Amino acid sequence: MKARYTLPAVLLLSSVLFAACGNKEEAQPAANNTQTSPTTAAATDTKAAAPAASAADFKDATEQYRTYAISEIDAFVTETEKFTEAVKAGKMDEAKKLYAPARMHYERIEPIAEALGNLDPDIDARQGDVDDKDWRGFHKIEQGLWEKKTTDGMSEYADRLLQDAKLLRAKVETVDIDAGLLVTGAVELLNEVSSSKVTGEEERYSHTDLYDFVANVEGAQKIYEILKPNLAAKDPALEKQIGEKFEALNKELAPFATKDGGYVTYDKLSKEDVRTLSQNLDALAEPLSQMGTILGV
Amino acid sequence: MSKKKNDEQQLNPTPDAGQESSSLFRKPVSRRDMLRLAGASGVGLLLGGSGAFGIMAATGATKQPASDKPGSPDNVTTGIPDANRYDFYGQHQTGITTPSQNFMCFASFDLTVSDAAGLRNLLQAWTRASASLMAGELLDGQNENLNLPPADTGEAAGLTPSRITITFGAGPSLFDHRFGLAGKKPAGFGDLPPFNGDNLMPEWCGGDLGVQICADDMQVAFHGMRNLIRIARGSAVLRWSQEGFQRSTESDPNKATPRNLMGFKDGTANPSVQDAAMMNEVVWVQPEDGAGWMTGGSYMAVRRIRMRIEVWDRSSLSDQENTFGRYRVSGAPLGSQHEFDRGDMEAKDASGKPVIPMNSHMRVARGDGKMQILRRPYSYSSGMDNTTGQLDAGLFFISYQRSLEKQFIPMQQRLAQIDALNEYIQHIGSATFACFPGVRQGGYIGDTLL
Repeated sequence: MKARYTLPAVLLLSSVLFAACGNKEEAQPAANNTQTSPTTAAATDTKAAAPAASAADFKDATEQYRTYAISEIDAFVTETEKFTEAVKAGKMDEAKKLYAPARMHYERIEPIAEALGNLDPDIDARQGDVDDKDWRGFHKIEQGLWEKKTTDGMSEYADRLLQDAKLLRAKVETVDIDAGLLVTGAVELLNEVSSSKVTGEEERYSHTDLYDFVANVEGAQKIYEILKPNLAAKDPALEKQIGEKFEALNKELAPFATKDGGYVTYDKLSKEDVRTLSQNLDALAEPLSQMGTILGV
Repeated sequence: MSKKKNDEQQLNPTPDAGQESSSLFRKPVSRRDMLRLAGASGVGLLLGGSGAFGIMAATGATKQPASDKPGSPDNVTTGIPDANRYDFYGQHQTGITTPSQNFMCFASFDLTVSDAAGLRNLLQAWTRASASLMAGELLDGQNENLNLPPADTGEAAGLTPSRITITFGAGPSLFDHRFGLAGKKPAGFGDLPPFNGDNLMPEWCGGDLGVQICADDMQVAFHGMRNLIRIARGSAVLRWSQEGFQRSTESDPNKATPRNLMGFKDGTANPSVQDAAMMNEVVWVQPEDGAGWMTGGSYMAVRRIRMRIEVWDRSSLSDQENTFGRYRVSGAPLGSQHEFDRGDMEAKDASGKPVIPMNSHMRVARGDGKMQILRRPYSYSSGMDNTTGQLDAGLFFISYQRSLEKQFIPMQQRLAQIDALNEYIQHIGSATFACFPGVRQGGYIGDTLL
């Protein structure tokens, strides 16, 4: 799991820095580089980017996504503040109630956060992802609330978390959002689900994994919807197929919603439930990974 | 094995290496320069050709337009028999009377598509992929676009086809209400009935579609299975899967009957796959057998049989030999000299007991000797049983026959009742698949059914 903090972040960060430092003309090549997938980009960075669809084709899409991401991060900061205040006030039950919904805003735009260096581990690392002395963020507090059953000693972590959330809000302005980021981001969101949420490893104390699961899927679906016109023009069958698979996965998720707008805890799911969810996720992620076709060859 | 070393030498880049190597990754492209196989027509492999389809010869070259430059390595394969490759298309599917390869990957699928059109799309996609896999070509599609995941997962790049065969069958559940196929279910085809002593676990049973992938290289076999699973995503999900192995042809140049994990020869009584008339009698569904779409196909019985390895290992040689009714070293029936001796079922020892015990595996399996099946099993090892710390290993039994009802089931009923071997084994998994007839050029897997 450590890889998810390093490889994509490094590659995407380089484009962020280029974009932030240079003028518009200089930023362009960097933008092209991000269109290659993280795993292949490293091996082929000396090769000129293949002829791709031009950035202008995706101007609407990237602007829409920027608006979405910023609104999610705004909500994230607001809800995180409520959560951290409850923690600091020692209100266990309220803090527990606020925990998972606040995180959903983050999980929807996680690839953006991962593009911003250390922010993702600072906010979202689980025990063992980082050295124990560096471990902070949501899951540290989760451990306090659910496993140690106390808010004692959590105030400091609550303050840091809110600071980190605000830092994310500030830094997001610098992220160079291009079509390549959207395409890889959508798949990354589902890979997140596939590698930690579906196994119930993400929320090991609170078992609120389904909140993250749903939010990751919503974040991917948002990207799909934004890119839909480009995709429909390039490969209508693929566009339709992805739409159907989102529908199928959402249908599988629906029975786990609770009346208060939340989701059942993950330990309530049977082995078969988990497997069906996982298989539906793979059935979606496979065609979704073909979305790069809109970027050209 | 020495031929492989020679192969490597010819991978040396040519002067215009840049162009050559990029053309290697265009489609359709052979994973390997077929010229390098010219001197490699291993006699043992050629012997394996089983008549009706046999070994792929020159015709494959027409599917290899990997380079348009005459004389370039990709284009010189015409007329060279390729002992490493079977043709996907033919009267019968491969992997049935094909001499057993060293390795097997078996995958059982449940369909998630809900109509016949969805099923057909999957089978057509699998057909295209299987033809490429068996030809040793990269899977068709985008393999160079940096913005896309490659169509072929790549772990078999540069490897020969390694005699890979891919065999497809329909499980009984395919004939329920979902695909409108209920009326086409062959009479007498279904799940196997319960047998005495069965300890079946649902996670090792059944499936809408079964796919047996065999190859002389495990990585090639796995690559085949993995890519079929990948292609199925969104249409079918894996229900269960098992890897299998047997002694490799390299380690047994004499091609003796392979031994199972109990140390005994397994398959001595198999009918000869060289005998076409016998195969029609035992294996291939005939027009008069009903269900016309199965003519030229075969019914597969699958049993995942776990061996109580630890218990077996502490039984005496005499117990072991009496269990099988054969000598461990030679494989000969007890009281006989040679492996292929019929065995004297009437012979008694000094105390008047049958030399070949009444409940010995060999005697019970033979029955009256009138019914045969074609066994094509592999050994399996799935690591450790976490509950007991014992080995989870045994026999992944596969047999092919014209009729499950007339051939496999009566035999297994006899065995389940009295076979001495039952003390040492447990049937954990069970499945049956109606394996389609071969695919004609331009057709697709299962097109006689759909």
